[in-house]
Amino acid sequence: MKELTDRALDTATVLGAEYADIRVVRRRDESIAIKTGRVEGVASGESEGFGVRVLVDGAWGFASSHILTAAEADRIAGEAVRIARASATALRHPTHLDDRPAAHGRYETPLVEDPFEVPLETKIADLLAADKAACAVKGIAFTESSYAAQREWKTFAATDGSLTEQVITHVGAAVEANAVDGDEHQRRSYPDSGGGWQAAGYEYIRSQRLGERAEPLADEAVALLTAPQCPSGRYTIVLDPSQLYLQVHESCGHPTELDRVFGTEASYAGTSFLTTDKLDEGFRYGSDLIDIVADATAPGGMGTFGWDDEGVAAQAVPLIRNGIFVGYLSSRETAPRIGRRSSGAMRADGWNRIPLIRMTNINLLPKPGMSLDEIVEDTDDGLYLASNRSWSIDDRRLNFQFATEVAYEIKGGKKGRLFKNPTYTGITYEFWRSCDAVGDERSYVMLGTPNCGKGEPGQIGHVGHAVPGARFRDVQVGVGKW
Amino acid sequence: MPYRAPASATSRSGWASGEIDGWRPVNGDRARDALVLAEAALAEALRHDVTEAEALVMAEDSSLTRFANSEIHQNVAETNVVINLRCVVGRRVGVASSGRTDADGLRRLAENAAAIARVVEELEDWGGLPGPTETEPVAAGYSPATAEASPEFRADAVRAVIDAADSAGVIAYGSFSTGSESTAVANSRGIRICGTRTSSQLITVSMGPDGGTGYAEAAAVDAETIDAAALGREASGKARATANAVSIEPGDYPVVLEEYAVVDLLDMLGYLGFSALAVQEERSFFEPGKRIGSELVTVTDDGRDPAGLPIWFDYEGVAKQRVELVDRGICRGVVYDAQTAARDGVGSTGHGLPAPNPYGPFPLNMIMAPGTGSRDDLIAGLDRGLLVTRFHYTNPVHPKLAIVTGMTRDGTFLVENGRIVGPVKNLRYTQSYLDALAGTVAVARDRRTLRGFLGGVVVPAVRIDGWTFTGGTEH
Repeated sequence: MKELTDRALDTATVLGAEYADIRVVRRRDESIAIKTGRVEGVASGESEGFGVRVLVDGAWGFASSHILTAAEADRIAGEAVRIARASATALRHPTHLDDRPAAHGRYETPLVEDPFEVPLETKIADLLAADKAACAVKGIAFTESSYAAQREWKTFAATDGSLTEQVITHVGAAVEANAVDGDEHQRRSYPDSGGGWQAAGYEYIRSQRLGERAEPLADEAVALLTAPQCPSGRYTIVLDPSQLYLQVHESCGHPTELDRVFGTEASYAGTSFLTTDKLDEGFRYGSDLIDIVADATAPGGMGTFGWDDEGVAAQAVPLIRNGIFVGYLSSRETAPRIGRRSSGAMRADGWNRIPLIRMTNINLLPKPGMSLDEIVEDTDDGLYLASNRSWSIDDRRLNFQFATEVAYEIKGGKKGRLFKNPTYTGITYEFWRSCDAVGDERSYVMLGTPNCGKGEPGQIGHVGHAVPGARFRDVQVGVGKW
Repeated sequence: MPYRAPASATSRSGWASGEIDGWRPVNGDRARDALVLAEAALAEALRHDVTEAEALVMAEDSSLTRFANSEIHQNVAETNVVINLRCVVGRRVGVASSGRTDADGLRRLAENAAAIARVVEELEDWGGLPGPTETEPVAAGYSPATAEASPEFRADAVRAVIDAADSAGVIAYGSFSTGSESTAVANSRGIRICGTRTSSQLITVSMGPDGGTGYAEAAAVDAETIDAAALGREASGKARATANAVSIEPGDYPVVLEEYAVVDLLDMLGYLGFSALAVQEERSFFEPGKRIGSELVTVTDDGRDPAGLPIWFDYEGVAKQRVELVDRGICRGVVYDAQTAARDGVGSTGHGLPAPNPYGPFPLNMIMAPGTGSRDDLIAGLDRGLLVTRFHYTNPVHPKLAIVTGMTRDGTFLVENGRIVGPVKNLRYTQSYLDALAGTVAVARDRRTLRGFLGGVVVPAVRIDGWTFTGGTEH
């Protein structure tokens, strides 16, 4: 491998690159899809290749190939340099990278039970049992259950002498029950609609006990068909971790990406309201209870690694402290522009994509005091919303609207009747400022988003979010009709 | 050039003995090379005592130049190939994929797919792999200029966009992609088909002083037909026109949707309802003969129409048929792949995706019929309403009723007495897209070719008599 990486870096240097790095990535994945009690699809995949990133006269070029030969390393390095020279024809601000120590070492996701060594029959049987338990409930129209595992072997080398090896493993599984009656289609899912994912082995899948959760889940999907429509108005809402994690993702994770702030995602998903002046002024993002950290060292998180994809060591960086905006997710290129060091958040979706600033594990820290159940007991009148169903946020990450699979009425500190089709909406900082209770460690759980989209060409990121439950006051629920 | 091999095409000798190590397609012969690779993979699969097998090869050379703050900041190129192998043992189906094209890689791929097929449960209603269908390549689906587009070519186009932005005093953002994809399918029922197609897309967002933003986009088979300077002027002009936008109360407004917004209507309806699997699972709004749109709404899926981004066979190797989805407001048909077609006792319409595919078939080439008036005529018909350039971050909140939420973006204007009064800040909507089709009261005669999330689309601007806006934002 070192022969290939040295060859590409040497060629790029000879051709004029002032900096170059290469990532050689082999990815293996496996998936099981079950629908309504039958195995619809089982697949395994392998992908291998390398990508060379070069900086020539302050301009970036990147080229990649699936052919792992010395000749191809020369060709791709040359192509990257040619692309960088073309970039330089429309360049106004040459790129400068921050300094960081050359990276050396090896990292591997800690796990107990290698998911690729567990017999396929066992994995199918486990998932099938859960799916069939949901499917057996009267009134269920169809079920969808899924399992997936992904492992990446990643070698990173750079012209500054860095050389790291990483083996990163992610697993996830979920069961989903769907009930349909006329125009009404209701679903309930567990652990959440995107699937519960962690950086772990098959022990994580076993710990989810999908089989035990499936039947009550399906019962609830059927019950939602005849449940009343969730009312509209201003409400106190309590968000279950299965919804709050995506609220953190969309309204804190993405807006703190410094490349987005600098406009480099403007033509795709947009920019961010968290402009750098807000960092200087100590912008109040949320209430005093809000502490959010980007922690690439958190156990189990899909944003956990040894080094990011430009060789910066994993670290924990505060983004929001006591409600005040204090930091960004950043890179070696963007951090110096605000006088800081990279937060180590550059991640690429495989060998054929450039690293972008991505979330690591964006965690809302728990607060000692009340459990999530005690927050409900402390709420006289409100709604408890769980399991994300739909999400949308504007192109500066301000106006959001989420739908959840279910809402429970809270009256006198107790969860009561079900409501169907709940939605809530707000402006990001107004919403987080309205938070008056954050759950303690007892509801703090690491979830993950395996489908975070960013960049052109598109990249899918695996990111982690550890969150407890929390309460928010005076939130707009519903849209007034339907 | 596009190439479709005869059904009797056979493997070149030697491909399974190591000659394909380092396989890389050569322009002009890529499709043939992809088919030979598919046949080699199929031959490996058939060594494993399988009942049926299918090899799908997808090879691409793609590049993208991205710009922001009126300079190029990302510039990438990729050469890739994926072999997707589906093995069937009785009614048991296993799928494996790999990027390895050497003989050992193909052997391992076949072993994996066959091993999976032996341990999974039977699919009781497995309909079998599809057989050969007749089709001819669409010559308009391939452009040598796009396949050979250089980084310098893309940089020239980007500079034209930036020059337009500079002239207007705004900042340019966007991307310009060019690429070619060769696809080949070989299966044990005799399908041998391959082709190469190209596509390109230029999108740009302009941002001006005082908060104005504008958008323009074009997609084409031939990248040289994209007028980068014109797109730059369109986006820049809109960015100037949307400066100092004012807030407007959410509520129900008649709207004119520009083509960029109409794309989302078609994409979302295609995703939610025009798939046979969605109908079979009772989660679609679709019922044959049901009226869902006004008389002005006709939507087809046609992979052969040169106005779009043509593709003439699907990922199962089946010839694409023209499918009438909505005819003058009436639901007519949905798209099928082999498995959903077998379930309904009909033939595949050529809309299969790579296996395994729990999502079902999708319409990837939707085309909306044009109307008669100009875009300005649509605006002139608004007493008081909004002109919407595009939608952003849309997502269904009630899939069966096709109720969708999203934001307006990059150019929203108040129109009174048929004239644009001025820009308004972006609004959130929560709107049934079926109601939008029913409320379509005018369709423009001119159409744009654009790229939606399901594929190439050809769409006109439309006027709709009511659209429910449910919130606002600060810009």
